[in-house]
Amino acid sequence: MSAWRRLHVKVRRAHGLFTSRRVTEQYTWMYGPSTLGQNLSTGKPLRNDFFKAQLAAMRKKAADALPGSSWSPFDINPNLPPERADIVIIGGGVMGWSIAYWLKQKERVREGVKVIVVERDLTYSQASTVLSAGGIRQQFSLPENIHLSLASADFMRNINEHLGVLNEDPVDLQFNQSGYLFLASEEVAHIMEENYSTQRQVGAKVTLLSPTQLKEKFPWINTDGVALASYGLENEGWFDPWSLLNAFRRKAMSMGVIQCCGEVTGAVACSVVHDGITACVEQVQMPKGLEYQMVECAIVVNAAGAFSGKLAEMLGISSNPKDTIAGTPVPVEPRKRYIYVVHCPDGPGLDTPFLIDYSGMYFRREGLGGNYITGASPKEADEPDTSNLEVDHQFFEDSVWPRLAYRVPAFEKLKVTSAWAGFYDYNTFDQNGIIGDHPVINNMYFATGFSGHGLQQSPAAGRAVAELILDGNFKTLDMRGLGFRRIMAQEPILERNIL
Amino acid sequence: MAASCKSLYRCCQQSVCHLVARKLSSSRSVSPPPLHRRILLFLTQRFYDLEMLLSWRGQLRRKGIMRKNAYYDFTQRLYGSDIAAAFYILSLKGGFRFVGQSDWFRADQRGKFNWDFLNHKDTPLEEVDMSYTVINYRGLDNLEGQQSLRTLALRGCPEVDDWFLARLHVFEDSLEELDISHCPRITTGGLAALRNLKGLRRLDLSSLPGISSPGLVVILLEEMLPQCQIIATGYDYSIKQHGGEEEVQR
Repeated sequence: MSAWRRLHVKVRRAHGLFTSRRVTEQYTWMYGPSTLGQNLSTGKPLRNDFFKAQLAAMRKKAADALPGSSWSPFDINPNLPPERADIVIIGGGVMGWSIAYWLKQKERVREGVKVIVVERDLTYSQASTVLSAGGIRQQFSLPENIHLSLASADFMRNINEHLGVLNEDPVDLQFNQSGYLFLASEEVAHIMEENYSTQRQVGAKVTLLSPTQLKEKFPWINTDGVALASYGLENEGWFDPWSLLNAFRRKAMSMGVIQCCGEVTGAVACSVVHDGITACVEQVQMPKGLEYQMVECAIVVNAAGAFSGKLAEMLGISSNPKDTIAGTPVPVEPRKRYIYVVHCPDGPGLDTPFLIDYSGMYFRREGLGGNYITGASPKEADEPDTSNLEVDHQFFEDSVWPRLAYRVPAFEKLKVTSAWAGFYDYNTFDQNGIIGDHPVINNMYFATGFSGHGLQQSPAAGRAVAELILDGNFKTLDMRGLGFRRIMAQEPILERNIL
Repeated sequence: MAASCKSLYRCCQQSVCHLVARKLSSSRSVSPPPLHRRILLFLTQRFYDLEMLLSWRGQLRRKGIMRKNAYYDFTQRLYGSDIAAAFYILSLKGGFRFVGQSDWFRADQRGKFNWDFLNHKDTPLEEVDMSYTVINYRGLDNLEGQQSLRTLALRGCPEVDDWFLARLHVFEDSLEELDISHCPRITTGGLAALRNLKGLRRLDLSSLPGISSPGLVVILLEEMLPQCQIIATGYDYSIKQHGGEEEVQR
């Protein structure tokens, strides 16, 4: 009975799709093409619409009253997540959606895994992804980082092959192919040379420049104090992070990932084995109001970015004593960084690389109109307060502009047009990403703590986590060195090129 | 039944041609698509089979291009990298000229070419013309070893994009003339990658649909490459001012 009714409804809808054009054609023929949009008479046609609306409402009420309809007297919030899922990804930034995409890409049957991405703020007002400068580089000192960046650049080169959706516009990342330029002083030049050999060995296309070569290539640089420079030739540059996030999201949703707007406020451990606990049920709170939904899940992925440490604490990881394995907290905390947009009409031209000075200052070109984006890393002692995203303009005057004007004399005359602040998901342990599973909680996976280079490593890191979940082991890139084990064993793997 | 299936498949082929062409050009048209494409879209959103067929067609086309641009490893091991590069160019229906020779080796419309180029072993290539071929980023694997390449013509190549231009840094010492006109996938970000080609003397950028403000881009490129002559025809440089129009044509 209900099947017949549903078929009847579908047929009516399909009929409407094909007849609507004919009705409008008939109307145009009778009244002429100019009057199609504007109906000047106030007589019969308005009353016809009124009765049509009433009839439609009556039909809907009758259909709801018949058995088999989904009407219920209690208004259930349609935005609640489903009650059961296979994998819950906490965090809807580029890392979370990348993992969701790769999970769906690697499942071998259609709808093999049910994936939910829980994001608490769909406007992304505090998310690190959209507030980032959007650069990608291979000039790291750790081989794992170089591999991740190279694989992500390969992904972005063929992005339409991976993330193209049928019948939709192709993905446009607005990738600028200028490279990164790192400047080293006398003290750190040897580190740069070692890094250079590691990078060449892994396969990055980098070249070293002496101060004279640097001056010849970029005449607008002041090379005082520079002993060596490292310049990326290929696969380096910057792009639009919002386009990448939306591309991942669109493709993942087209493959069946469910997006939920809500905040995870608790978890219930459903079984405690002798050396591990399993978090089984997540409590997802809706954004406005007190409603929540308990989501039963098999696997939880923590991709919450700057707020991962707080999330892990809330999920009860560090409720155990501090010196046990189960009590090791996740060492990720938010750190605020400022980015200033400046306008300088006499600045360097189209070939401006993403310049990073040894003093911690960086800048890059933005657009074609003489605008640049600049910033600097503050010292450990003067870390700004992370309770809000207010911009401190005094920081620009004190720390950024002097270094900028020293390095590029043309920037002595500039104007700050805009500024914003964003959070780094700063790994206080060793400033490198944590990719892998938790040794005690059996079904919790991490993809966080990238300390400023999460966006550029997101495609490859998402693939690594998806391989770990679905295949049990890393298949394409070996990321065991970036696992949680190093934090428990207190063996930091330091990256010597962080800004 | 078979006839209707065949006609449906042919209809899909034509529609996908239109879809692909529409995707390449900027899809800012306001008019609704024609009826057959709307039917195809309607059916694609309701049937997995049709969606799969259409996506397979796209994948097969891409695989075909990848296969054509594969690395000619076997030829390289038997005859050396120069002959391998020459063979690759002729297989893609391009043309080239050896260093020290004055005549060009080309493949005709049907793909047939003269095998005399095998007589010139270990002679590097000086000028390469790959206009209107499907060369892409992977295809540059075959040309990477050519250190004496002076001219590269890539007019109207549909697969040449910004990443391809970034990889041209391997010819930074020798390349003097580059023609990338009429390539639909090149944007301003890729033109910034030409900064490494310091020996460039002649650059042709005519009619690139991907560049938004061609006049400004040409000025910035002239500043970036001071010794290079830049040719940029086929753009509309008219300046539209508020309350009047002033045309500046090159």
